[in-house]
Amino acid sequence: MHQSPSQEMGGIKPYADHRDDGIVQVSFTLPVHGEQTARFAGLEIARRMGLSRPEVVHHEKVTDGYTYLLLYGVFEEPLDYDAVRRESFEDEYMSKDEVDAFVERTARRQIVVIGASTGSDTHSVGIDAMLNLKGYDGRHGLEGYKAFATHNMGSQVPNTALVARAQELNADAIVVSQTVTQQDLHIHNLTELVEMVEAEGMRESTILVCGGPRISDGLAKELGYDAGFSKGTFPNHLATFLARAIASQAGDSSEDAPE
Amino acid sequence: MEAKSWGANGVEPHETGCGSSKLALDPGVVAACRDAAAEIAAGVSAEIADKTTVSVERTVLRLLGLEKADASDVPLANVVVGHVFDQGKLGLGIGYWIGNGMIQTGLEPNELALEVAAGELDLCALPIAEDEAIHDCVANACAERQRQVSAALEQRRERREQIGESPPPHRYVLTATGNIYEDVVHARAVADHGGDIVAVIRSTAQSLLDYVPDGPTTEGFGGTFATQANFRIMREALDEWADSNGRYVRVSSFCSGLCMPEIAVLGALEGFDNMVNDALYGILYRDINMVRTLIDQRLSRMINGFFHVVINTGEDNYLRTADAIEAAPSVVASQFINFQLARDSGVRPEHVAIGNAFEIHPDVPNSLLLELAQAQLTRELFPDSPVKYMPPTRHMNGNPLRTHACDTLFNLVAVGTRQGLQTIGVPTEGIFTPHIHDRTLALENVAYVGTAARDFADDIEFKGGGIVQSRAQYVLDRARAMLEGIAEAGLLEAISEGCFGDVRRNPDEGRGSEGIIATDGRYFNPLVEIMSDAPVA
Repeated sequence: MHQSPSQEMGGIKPYADHRDDGIVQVSFTLPVHGEQTARFAGLEIARRMGLSRPEVVHHEKVTDGYTYLLLYGVFEEPLDYDAVRRESFEDEYMSKDEVDAFVERTARRQIVVIGASTGSDTHSVGIDAMLNLKGYDGRHGLEGYKAFATHNMGSQVPNTALVARAQELNADAIVVSQTVTQQDLHIHNLTELVEMVEAEGMRESTILVCGGPRISDGLAKELGYDAGFSKGTFPNHLATFLARAIASQAGDSSEDAPE
Repeated sequence: MEAKSWGANGVEPHETGCGSSKLALDPGVVAACRDAAAEIAAGVSAEIADKTTVSVERTVLRLLGLEKADASDVPLANVVVGHVFDQGKLGLGIGYWIGNGMIQTGLEPNELALEVAAGELDLCALPIAEDEAIHDCVANACAERQRQVSAALEQRRERREQIGESPPPHRYVLTATGNIYEDVVHARAVADHGGDIVAVIRSTAQSLLDYVPDGPTTEGFGGTFATQANFRIMREALDEWADSNGRYVRVSSFCSGLCMPEIAVLGALEGFDNMVNDALYGILYRDINMVRTLIDQRLSRMINGFFHVVINTGEDNYLRTADAIEAAPSVVASQFINFQLARDSGVRPEHVAIGNAFEIHPDVPNSLLLELAQAQLTRELFPDSPVKYMPPTRHMNGNPLRTHACDTLFNLVAVGTRQGLQTIGVPTEGIFTPHIHDRTLALENVAYVGTAARDFADDIEFKGGGIVQSRAQYVLDRARAMLEGIAEAGLLEAISEGCFGDVRRNPDEGRGSEGIIATDGRYFNPLVEIMSDAPVA
């Protein structure tokens, strides 16, 4: 099979029309009156972003004193792809049936999972997609798995209530969803939860994961979570992670998932 | 585009949408739906009789002009109602205690509130006047304030006619920066690109606050706090815009959560044209106690109806938590119930904007036809009401260009079925609260489709027995079955069985139940008296 060039070569650049042309698109609004002035300011911003040969292809007034710009530019410096690839890691996910079989073989019991959208966040879409039977895009949520005993507390759940319920149920894992991120509200909420779990002495025995459109695995780990899930996550991704985490807790990590 | 005057409701004058049915609906089925809805609404009235709530009582004080907060930021309306509530004497109504206070001290309501806040006055420890004197004193004060508000709104409506508006569908656009002064910048950009109604989304936590915060606010999450001062700032900014640009722009907020009736009065005081005001939303999506919400929605809608503020129902939300194809009958059933509850509160049909949304998964074959069926159905079932039609959100995956393409079809259905209000879909849906230029792109899309398909609705018919007609007839028939079932069981029971949006709630659970009070035999509410004495259209 033909191997993509980026896999054999060290340096990569954005691809638009042909290899290594480095073309990228950026768009933004500037709080500037004159559209011509805005164009020049936009070109300068693009250059400072490291883009060469920037070009404004579209500009329009948004309202008095605000101009929207759409630009193209060239990213010249090739990126050392091998170095990046070593740092990231792509998980091999199990399907629902594989997770159920894996847990039956490793944990030999149901994994108790409790989830909520916490704090003032009213969005239940994310947590429902992961936990409810209906799931997302035709893939069942954790409620549909034999491997999990799932408790979805819904949205606007205070961190205190979530922790109390987790203790009551002796939960193996806490799953938190955060959708609203304006002014870093999600960071405050997520930090508070970690601190609470630690204060209750549950951190060692509890798998703590969070998810949401603006949450990355990196951010989650920085905040003290075991993992973070972002856009593009399906319930079986979360299920795979939880199943493997429980297995490794139990010292069964040697047994691998069927491929 | 020429600006001219349209009906107060966003429905073209002498134009009720569609004339004869394009869907070959069975009038007998429609009548059965209406009958069942009337029975359900009557059951609600029985459920909420002889009860009031802390927010209903605070609403009286808001009309009487209490606006500020005490030294620890507790709004004066909460201070006064809390003061009587804590003594277990709110069963007589706050009107009773304020009326008596006015008589005994000679002070105005706001002065009384300041004394209570300062701990210098106990309203329940004053000598008590005759019942009739108390009633007349506070009823007159309320009536005077109401006449001022009515006059100001009348003036505003004249001005709206004079300046003129765009033809429907009215483009309903949301801002949500968290900072009211930034919202004003975004709102001006919206108006510049043809937006007709600006709604400032509320901060995500506000629906569960049992008070309306005081003053202008610059920090909110996923939205900006609804406060009287914020209302005033946005209203002034868009009046100013209308004066310089020759087109009136309406303003909207949310009568929902634990302060439904209070926000309705604040909106009327500040000249708002529109309010989101669903009967069941708080129960289903904010886990507010059913009885609390049903009492609050009644007065809230009475106020909006009385002052001719257009209300929006929220059926679009069901389609976000349940599958849009399966949940379609529950949407129609809820539309009938919401409409009837609004009518029972004195809201005229032309002031009820029925909720609907374009939420079928884009990968479903013929989803456009199914959306046409649902949109046309809503339009035909409520010919005298403008429909509030909502764009796709649930399946928007973060690809702005795909979302923009879906929004184009949504815009086509909106104009092709003559919706009254159209919330615009924004390309960055599902990523973040819209950036200022995202709405510009969205409004350009609406304008393009609106122009290209301007008379589409008048020129199309649907094939007898085709996909659109069959789907609409099927959904209506399922809605009838559902409504008859709910009429038999009662609305509270139906909600606890998860009829709407796949959400289950129990009557004795939920937030805010501590704020429900059984009324005394001598209870009166001067605001309710004014509103229920008004001739109902």
